Amino acid sequence: MKCKKCGSKASVNMRQHRLALCKEHYLEWVPEQTARFIKKYEMFTHYEKILVAVSGGKDSLGLWDILVRLGYQVDGLYLGLGIDEGVNYSHESQRLAQKFADENNLKLHVVDIEREYGQPIPVLAEKSHRGYGKPCAVCGLAKRHEMNRIARDLGYDVLATGHNLDDEAAVLFGNTLSWASEFLLRQGPVLPSSDGLARKVKPLCRFYEREMTAYCLLRGIEYIYEECPFAEGSQSIYYKELLNQLETARPGAKLTFYLRFLEARKTGELFIEKNVEYAHLHPCPKCGQPTSTDDLCSFCRMIAKVNSESVS
Amino acid sequence: MTVKLILRDKEYEVKPGMTLLDSLKKINVLSESVIATRAGEMILDDEILRDGDVVKLIAVISGGKA
Repeated sequence: MKCKKCGSKASVNMRQHRLALCKEHYLEWVPEQTARFIKKYEMFTHYEKILVAVSGGKDSLGLWDILVRLGYQVDGLYLGLGIDEGVNYSHESQRLAQKFADENNLKLHVVDIEREYGQPIPVLAEKSHRGYGKPCAVCGLAKRHEMNRIARDLGYDVLATGHNLDDEAAVLFGNTLSWASEFLLRQGPVLPSSDGLARKVKPLCRFYEREMTAYCLLRGIEYIYEECPFAEGSQSIYYKELLNQLETARPGAKLTFYLRFLEARKTGELFIEKNVEYAHLHPCPKCGQPTSTDDLCSFCRMIAKVNSESVS
Repeated sequence: MTVKLILRDKEYEVKPGMTLLDSLKKINVLSESVIATRAGEMILDDEILRDGDVVKLIAVISGGKA
């Protein structure tokens, strides 16, 4: 297969775009496309300060690399989750995030959950009895809480995450299966800022997971290859596998699924937004972040519960 | 006379002369879910695999996000 731009041997073939590119042209194409998506969805400008959440994985490190190449003011945030499970998972992912930052002379903020809240994620999950024996729900809650807190406290204009199209399509698939309209209405490349909540953006939302892997391999970015030990058998991975079966038979199916959803949501073809009442948000009396509950936010309630159980 | 395909801790053997895509079908791995490298270079579905080739398959699916 030949590169569509120069005719040399192609390294990456994107069947959904009918486009094959060599290494050199692929590494030009990815940032060009990212810049296009940032502009199209009005994510941020070169005048704004961006905080990118990095996990040490291919998507977040790839995103950081692309944003730096595009000339944005971007720092990294690594959350130490305290996941070990015999494979030193958090330690290794932090090492790779720090290595990338050091090699590229970039600023990485590191926040350790255990240091901040007394327990690592698996223990918080166990003690709070959330998530049916898996810490993923608590992990997600803590990440959302902490990413917003740091972005807000350190004065960043926008928080960027490395969600790719496969992530978005899997979430969309899950929410569509259960017709979770409230979640469907919130899904998109940009979550605008509101009182106490930083703007959240997903600049990689139109790249396949495969394309981000190719980008990191071709750029020589070392990322954590091993899966989070708790992700094995997860619903999101199952949905991704199902969608990849569909994609194999019908190239472009994942992209169409996501893009048509965004179009339909925007034009109101699927849902009439005015009929949906958004819950009124109040500041949590402990941390000050917005919450729909009358008292402490879900995160602070979980921490309070864990702390009270530790005392008793 | 074999081609070796390696995915995480599993090794598979297929006959030489097939394309990468046919080899992946043979071992029930979706082409969409992996990137294949041979001698450190990425190869595509239409690549003919030769006797003695060792192809490393890199899984692309990941679970949690930062």
